Amino acid sequence: MSAGLHAVALQAADAAVTHTRTGEAVTFYILAPIAVGAALGMIFAKNAVHAALLLVVDFFCLAAFYAVQDAPFLAAVQVIVYAGAIMILFLFVLMLVGVDSSDSLLETIRGQRLASGVLELGFLGLLIGVLLDAIDKTRAVGLTQANSGGNVQGIAKTLFTSYVFPFEITSALLIVAAVGAMVLGHRELREPRPTQAELMRARLHGPHPEAFTGPGVYASDDAVDRPALLPSGMPAAGSVYEEYGGGSLPPGAVPPEGDGR
Amino acid sequence: MNPANYLVLAAILFSIGAFGVLIRRNAIVIFMCIELMLNAANLTLVTFSRMNGSLEGQVIAFFVMVVAAAEVVVGLAIIVAIFRTRKSASVDDANLLKY
Repeated sequence: MSAGLHAVALQAADAAVTHTRTGEAVTFYILAPIAVGAALGMIFAKNAVHAALLLVVDFFCLAAFYAVQDAPFLAAVQVIVYAGAIMILFLFVLMLVGVDSSDSLLETIRGQRLASGVLELGFLGLLIGVLLDAIDKTRAVGLTQANSGGNVQGIAKTLFTSYVFPFEITSALLIVAAVGAMVLGHRELREPRPTQAELMRARLHGPHPEAFTGPGVYASDDAVDRPALLPSGMPAAGSVYEEYGGGSLPPGAVPPEGDGR
Repeated sequence: MNPANYLVLAAILFSIGAFGVLIRRNAIVIFMCIELMLNAANLTLVTFSRMNGSLEGQVIAFFVMVVAAAEVVVGLAIIVAIFRTRKSASVDDANLLKY
């Protein structure tokens, strides 16, 4: 009880510090629902590319929050590193792995989604309960004094004095990560690459040593879906890709008439 | 508005990220959810930095970003390596060590 009264007194005394500027409140109340909506859309998006783009929205919202919270350096780093580098990396890997590998949202363990939902709601309730209890008792000092010499200069001073050892360890971490990515991305050839002589020998001993007839050769038409004609007038099997309907043509079938060019 | 509202927002984003990790099975999407959780933690750090009037929170958030970048590089390389051998990015398919 006395703590609450104390908090009220504190709040009354420091109303100017505890409460932010109106512009910041407007920014927060506009961007916070966008950030939460984008995050929800991300975890429920079926297509992984959509999830990545919604995550970019979240990154930009957070960059704006950093900017209004007197952290312009982190806002710039957020845009450059997260929205720039990391998202490009994500999209690269998505394209490498295949965009169509969207996973089904069906659950494999029965009740797993419900259980995790309950778990997360409980966790969220726990966090927010603590925060709501603490909100009244906090008063923000603000970064006006700490940022008086410039935000970047202040961060640099802190980084290169009290945190210089972690900073050096960071460089080791980055090198290890770069080398690790190279090692993981390297593909070991299981057998030596075949030489040109070996390829030629394999082709001459194979069932089809000569070149395949290209589509459209001697046909009434030269489109890719017109099979080549053999000297007997039969369409040559294998001269049209199956995707263009080449596989569906029975041997001996008369190719469809062209438009009489 | 109290600056502590940022903390509530960060808690919500963190929970959404953790929920995504639990329900998704595409390894890349799980990775994105982890990034969201890291970002929520960063927002908390920046807000606390402001509330305490000290720049150390921003320095720690900077370190978090560095570690996250390194983590993404290695993690995505692992996902690509797994995809090469198993032709799938689903975490359910990598079950060779099961039982």
